Parts: sequence; C-alpha cells; structure tokens
Amino acid sequence: MIQSTSHDSSAHDTHHAPPAQFTVRVLRQDVPGGSSYWERHTVKRENDMNVISVLQRIAANAETADGEKTTPVAWDCNCLEEVCGACTMVVNGKVRQACSALVDKLLVDNPEEIELRPMTKFPVVRDLMVSRARLFRALQKVKAWIPVDGYYDMGSGPRVSAESQEQAYPLSQCMSCGCCLEACPQYTKIELKQEEGETAEAFQARQKEAYDRGFVGAHAISQVMLFNKHPTGAMNAGERLDALTAEGGIQACGNAQNCVAVCPKEIPLTTSIGRAGRATTVHVIKKFFDR
Amino acid sequence: MAKERVLVVGGGLAGLAATMQLAEQGVAVDLMSLTPVKRSHSVCAQGGINSVNDLTRQQGDNEYLHFDDTVYGGDFLQHQPPVKEMTEWGPKIIDLMDRLGVPFNRTPEGYRDQRRFGGTLFKRTAFAGATTGQQLLYALDEQVRRWETAGSVKKYEFWDFLGPILDENGVCRGAVAQDLVTMEIRTFAADAVIVATGGCGLIFGRSTMSMACTGSAVARCFRAGAKYGNGEFIQVHPTAIPGADKLRLMSESARGEGGRVWVPRIPQDPRPPKQIPEAERYYFLEERYPKYKNLVPRDIATREIFSICTEDGLSVEKDRLCVYLDLTHLPRESLNKLGGILEIYEKFQGVDPREVPMKIFPAVHYSMGGLWVDYERTPAGGLKLGAIKNQVTNIPGLYAIGECDYQYHGANRLGANSLLSCIFSGLIVAPTVQTWIASLKGKLAADQPAALYDAAKKRHQDEHNAMLKRPGGGENPYLIHQELGNIMTKAATVVRHNDALRDAYKQVQALEARAAKCSLSDTGNWTNQNVVFTKALWDMFPIAKCILKGALQRDECRGAHYKPEFSMPGIDASASPEERRRLAEEWVDTFDANTKKWLKSTVASLGPDNEPVITYEDVDTSLITPRPRLYGLVGADIIEEVWKQRQAAKSAAPKDTNGSHSEKSAAAAASAS
Ligand code: SF4
Ligand code: SF4
Ligand code: FES
Repeated sequence: MIQSTSHDSSAHDTHHAPPAQFTVRVLRQDVPGGSSYWERHTVKRENDMNVISVLQRIAANAETADGEKTTPVAWDCNCLEEVCGACTMVVNGKVRQACSALVDKLLVDNPEEIELRPMTKFPVVRDLMVSRARLFRALQKVKAWIPVDGYYDMGSGPRVSAESQEQAYPLSQCMSCGCCLEACPQYTKIELKQEEGETAEAFQARQKEAYDRGFVGAHAISQVMLFNKHPTGAMNAGERLDALTAEGGIQACGNAQNCVAVCPKEIPLTTSIGRAGRATTVHVIKKFFDR
Repeated sequence: MAKERVLVVGGGLAGLAATMQLAEQGVAVDLMSLTPVKRSHSVCAQGGINSVNDLTRQQGDNEYLHFDDTVYGGDFLQHQPPVKEMTEWGPKIIDLMDRLGVPFNRTPEGYRDQRRFGGTLFKRTAFAGATTGQQLLYALDEQVRRWETAGSVKKYEFWDFLGPILDENGVCRGAVAQDLVTMEIRTFAADAVIVATGGCGLIFGRSTMSMACTGSAVARCFRAGAKYGNGEFIQVHPTAIPGADKLRLMSESARGEGGRVWVPRIPQDPRPPKQIPEAERYYFLEERYPKYKNLVPRDIATREIFSICTEDGLSVEKDRLCVYLDLTHLPRESLNKLGGILEIYEKFQGVDPREVPMKIFPAVHYSMGGLWVDYERTPAGGLKLGAIKNQVTNIPGLYAIGECDYQYHGANRLGANSLLSCIFSGLIVAPTVQTWIASLKGKLAADQPAALYDAAKKRHQDEHNAMLKRPGGGENPYLIHQELGNIMTKAATVVRHNDALRDAYKQVQALEARAAKCSLSDTGNWTNQNVVFTKALWDMFPIAKCILKGALQRDECRGAHYKPEFSMPGIDASASPEERRRLAEEWVDTFDANTKKWLKSTVASLGPDNEPVITYEDVDTSLITPRPRLYGLVGADIIEEVWKQRQAAKSAAPKDTNGSHSEKSAAAAASAS
C-alpha cells in the first residue's frame, strides 16, 4: 500500500484511477440571440489537462461523441495563467476561468462528464464566447484611471505608505473577468439587437446608453475605491462617486455578497462596496449642503 | 481637410504606450488587437522593471552601467545608441508609471522598493507584487481608456491584422484587417501603422507565451517586404511547468532553496516518484557538476535538463519532456519561503509540490529577434528623439515596437528589461510618427485613391473566400501546428546542431506544403476561429524558417544561440603557467576573429522563391567595446588578464582617427571587471 502522503499526478487518488476518456457536454449557440443546444464530445484523458486543453482537443477533432462532424467550439482565452481574465465560463455549474479548471479535479467531483456553458449575464457571441463590452464600459463610466496632467517627466508619483500599497494592490489585480457579475443577482443581462438599417455607430451608442442604465457591478465599484484612495486619484473622487450615485450605481447592490465568493483574485469586493456605500452617502449629503 | 490617423496594431505595453502618447499629442489613433487590450500578454510578466534609481546611484550605479549590463547580457549584438537611450530613460519611465498609479511595492518610509534581478549587483528592479507586467499594463490601459472615452482613440478589439497596404512607391498607407466576430474584412487608411504585436512563441508549439503570440502580424509585414532581424535568438527559460496547453513559468528560486533535479535511471519508470529508491534516481546535475550541483548557472541548467531528455532519453514522461525538481525533502521553513510559486504549481498541476516532486522543463520565453527597425544616433551616441528613422521598418510609414522589434536585447535579454524596452519604444515612436506625418506635407492616407484600398481588400477577401471553399479531407491545421512546434523545439531552442537544423528546415518546408492543403472544419462566416487559426498557422512558416536559417548559418555561440560544435572551451587549469598564457593568447585571438566574423545582425528578407534570404549588417558597438563573457569558464582569470593587457596596449598606441573611441572602450572594459 502506498503511503498516504504519496501521490502521483497521473493518479491523484489511488482508489479511483482516472478514466481513459471522458465526456464533455458543451452548450453551444451559433449566433447571437440564436437558440442554444447541447453537444457531447468524447475526449481522451491526458496528464495535466485543463479545460483549455480539452477545448483544443475538441477543436482539433471536430467530431461529436456520436461521430458526427461538427465545427470547433468557439471560446475565448489568451494567457492560460489565470491572469488575463479572457477564458471565463461556467464549468460544472460554477463560473470560473477555464485555464485553471483542471480536468482530473473536475472528474473527481463528477466522473461522468464535464459541463461547459457560456456566462449567462453577457450576450453570447458564439458558443462559449460572450461579449463583455458592458464590463469595460463600466470602467469608462466610473472614470477608472488617474487623471494625470500629461506624460512629460514630472518626477515621481506621490509617496505611498506600504500599508496603502498593500490595500491597493489586491484591488488592482482585477482582471475584468466578469465572475463577480455572473454571480450577482442584481446584474441582469442586457442584450440588444442591431436594427435593420441601423449603423454600427448608432448601435454602439444605443448599447452604451443601455449599459449605463444597468448596474455597474462589483468590479467597477471596487475600482472606484482603488482610484479614490490613490493620492492623485482622490482629487477627482467626487466624479467617481457621482457615477456610483447615478442610475445603475451602488444603490442597485442588494448586498448579497455572491460576488466576493467567486472572485478568482480574492478581491475584497464587499469591503469595497461597504466603503463605497459610506463614501457615496457622505458625498450626496455634502453635495446637498454645498448647493 | 482630412485629419491624420495612426493605426496601432497590438495593445500590450508597447502599443498602449504609443497610443496614449500619440493621443496626448493630438493624433487620432485606431487601436487594433486580437483580444481586449487589457488581456494582452504583457500581463504575464512577473518579475519587474529595471532602471537606475536614487538608491543604486549612491552605491555607484549609473545609466552607463545599466547600459553596459544590457549590452553585455546581449553579447553585444545590439546597436548601442538605442540601448543607451533606453537606459537613460529608465528612471523617467518608472516615475511616469508611478504617477499613473502603478502600485509599486513600498519601503517602510513610503518610497518605491527595489530588488536585485537579472545579471546585476544593484537593486535596480521596481516591482508590484508578483504581477508587475499586469500592473504596468493596467496603468496604460486605464490611460488609453481615458482617451477612448474622450473620443481620441478608437479601439478595434477582436480584430486580426491581415497586412499593411503599400502604395506604388512602397509607402505604408494603412492596413487590411478582419473582424474576428463578424469576419468582415475592411481596410484602415492610416498615415502610419505601428506594429506592436509581441513575440512569436507559438511557433514552438507550447511556450510561456499567450495564445495571441503567433507572430502572424509580423509575418504579414515580412511577406509585404519588411525585414526580420536576429530571428535565431530565442530566449529559453530553464524551469517551466509543462502543461498540456502551455508552459508556465516557474521561478528559479526553487533550485535556490535547495530543490534537487533528477530523473529515474530507468527511462520512463512508471512508478510514482516517491517510490523510486534513491539508488535508482539520477541526480544528473549533482553528479555532473559536483561543485555547483543543482545551482549551476542558468544556461547550463537549461542545456543539461534539455539534453538529459532529448539525447539521453531519460525524460520522466515519454510524450512530454520533463525532469523532476524535488522539494519534498526540504524543511517546512524553506518551503514557506517559496509560498507563491508552490501555489502556482499546485493551481495548474493539481498536485502539492511539498508532497510530490514537481515536473519541469525549459520553455521558450522571449523572442529577441523581430522586425528590423532603424534609428538615428546623436553625436554623443544616444538617440535623436523624433528623428524620422527611429523604430521604422524598411517600409516607410510602417513601424515596429516592443517585443516584435529586434532592437534592444541583442543575443539575449536581461531579466526585467523587457517591460522597459516595450514602454520606451512605445513612448519614443510617437514623436517620430509625428515627424513622419509632417513630412507627408498633407498628402494623407485619407486622400489616397480609393482603388488602393479596394484592391487590398479584394485580395484578402478573395483569399478568405477561397479558404472557406477548400475541399474537405485534407490536413488538420491543429495537428500541423503541433508538428511544427515539435520540430522547432527540438532543433532550434536550447542546443543547436547544424545537421539537425538543416533537417528541421526541410521538415518545415514539407510541413508548409502540407499546411497549404489544410481543410477547415468550420466553413461558416461567423466567429470562425478555425479559419483564423489556419491563417496564423500559415504565417508561422516564414518566421520559423528565418529562425532556422539564421541559426544554421551562424556558426558560433552567442547569447541564447548555443552550438556546441563552435563553443570555445576554457583553459586547462593543470597546464604550466607558460602553456596557459599561450593558450589564453590563442583564445583571445580566436575571440577577436569570431567577433570580426559574427558580431553582425542577421537580417532576413523574403526571397522570390518564398524562402528567407539572409544578409548580415554591422553592429554599432562604438560606445562599449565587445568583450568576452567569461562567467563560469575554466581559465577565465588568465584570459581576462591577456584581454586587459591587449586593450591597454591598444589604447596606449598612437591615436588614430578614432582615438577618443578606443579610450572610451578601455574605460568600459575596465569598468566591467
Ligand atoms: S454584494 Fe452587490 S455586487 Fe455583490 S453580488 Fe451582491 S448585489 Fe451583486
Ligand atoms: S472583481 Fe474579481 S471577479 Fe470581478 S471582474 Fe475583477 S477579478 Fe473578476
Ligand atoms: S486564459 Fe487568461 S485567465 Fe484563462
């Protein structure tokens, strides 16, 4: 018998040898607004596989479990290190990054199959690919940047205590993946259709407006706190708080705390939301008296 | 009147730096990227960014020493003026990034903290946690978003650059690109096109690079007539985690803390590693290098790990080359120090490296080579800022910056210099592009005949349509990509042999012919990743061949390019003093002859037969005289003595026309010791 501490990557658990192959069930959708359908694939198990390598094998094979020809499943990824945020999808019912979803672990939880679905809060482009334009629009809305005078050499930035760096750094790791939005009950899908005869520009403008009326989401609230804490960013704190008190702002948050539980970067989102809540309250009162 | 417009292709550090700088100067920018720019490969850089700083300055550091470290690290293969300028800008760039809000680590007093990194004695590297690249990229992304909100930048994310558009005089007037969602092909009129599309790691199959790093944009410029420089110089990182989809960087600190590298003596021993008894383990670094053991220098570690798998056939796994890096014997305190990297391993491999030996293998990490670009030097040896020649390829109006240019790292890149070179080249290209636009005297792209753009669009549209109509039953592009990766990794990474390179070239040619017969499994016209991948695959071949041909022809060892057949062995320590002296004289003679022959940039262009044609160009080494890299070589002491005496004799000799130059060189040689 093998010692209890001894493992091998090819056999995590000596009692259940991993299967030679497994089934992947993918929720596919050909076009935006189209209907979705399930498709099953059989994939040969290899060492050190994650969901990205599964999708790569599916693309190379382009055949369903029943041996029917099919098109490769479309999906989004880039870094494969859980640092770019691109590959977010719903794996076995949980929103997460596909690149850090390890096959052997998924199979321990559910030896039958692996289920892949696109996020539900964003419009599907195709298959597992969604449009997260609204997420990036929120960063515009809350002015998530330091409004420096310019890029000429003006010496170094402000001195920052190690303590504030330690507070800022985690918030600054937000990779705009969208997990927190997928999990949030207040964040509901906004999907518009380009009208016949509508120009791309007009459509984009209409989308922007719709996005701005929707809830900005936990990631953007957290970014407001990041920039409002920065010594230079603080000079424009009011503008960002204005954005958070406008329609779709922080008042939409029901404090359900789902967001913080799913953030892969473990960003203290509810702390940010709490702080932002207090800051906006003070801001609104102050504005009222300053009138 | 038409307004000037610039197209930036690629939104990593370099592309974003150029975009924000141009936007500040009032130039309208179209920013195109395969991914939302915030997801660019720059986010993967962990280490930090180098520059001289107030602290190191007081310890004797200065810009010149950073410059010297960079060219020495690059084995003198870079033109020196751009590198000099870059190191001089270092402090300014860190200050700027600091102002933009990058959460650099802080000292207790609130200053930016710095650490030692990559080939220097000074604490030159500023860092933000373990994600410096991500933090720098985000700061630039935020600035560009600010300009985008203000309307001066228009982003085209999920767009694939298909190639530059040249007018009848060979001047770049814009580009053709394809929307990856709708598959629409359209042209972008632009007064300058700046390519900032990063490295080409995917040519090696799996590497530490992101999925967008196919090199295809660069290849499309190369096909249009741009030259490709120093292709054969590919940096390999000694320790990466070999995943099924990607090779993930593993910091070298694991060896530093006492990790032991081994393979089972029985090839591909199926037993779990902990069940393999000591006597059946081959601690090859410890046995072969009893003095340094597992702490042999980086390049030796890389080569030994590579050859134990490829030549000795002792890889742990058969299909995926790797060796064990064993930490399981270490006490908890040492393991705690490694915290972060152990977590990365556990996250992506699903096993705890405290309990099970890690599997590691060297991985392609950075392309020093890239599009050939020009520069204009000042009499003092720096860059003339805003000069029309800076960062321009041999195609007027087409610029290259960041990892996809060949300019800053020579034969090998110094750790924590890549982020600096990306931001630097991005910032300085902006004034140059303005000078270029001014020289157009109002003859802007917007006023060019529509036929120019229509023709370019039609050519690409026809090509695309033809691809979708390819018959079924042909080759599979994904499998061809795997084969290409295997060939390239075997022949053109860590150790290079001429016969293997020659062979690989032929195999790649054969593969290219097969790739032309690929069948698509998706022939639709909506978010068709199959056709996009196949196009990128096709465009890997010209660059792959530049790499192979450059490596084959370069019969020497320089930086990351190692050919054992042409390595210069050290000097036998047991020989008599006279004999050692004689051998050292000989060694230096050989070194001088080799410098004369090979201290040249490799410049490839596409020949009429679609094969790369290589020429060589002199390197501007007028500021620091190239000197031998003797680190770890037996007999380094005596060689260095001879070398210094000769340098001293040279500078004492009656001054020729270049008198001041040799004086400076002697000073540089002395400062290096
Ligand atoms: S706390 Fe607010 S943002 Fe987070 S999940 Fe709940 S409602 Fe959404
Ligand atoms: S806050 Fe976390 S979950 Fe939300 S987008 Fe950022 S990284 Fe993703
Ligand atoms: S691919 Fe970047 S987070 Fe998964």
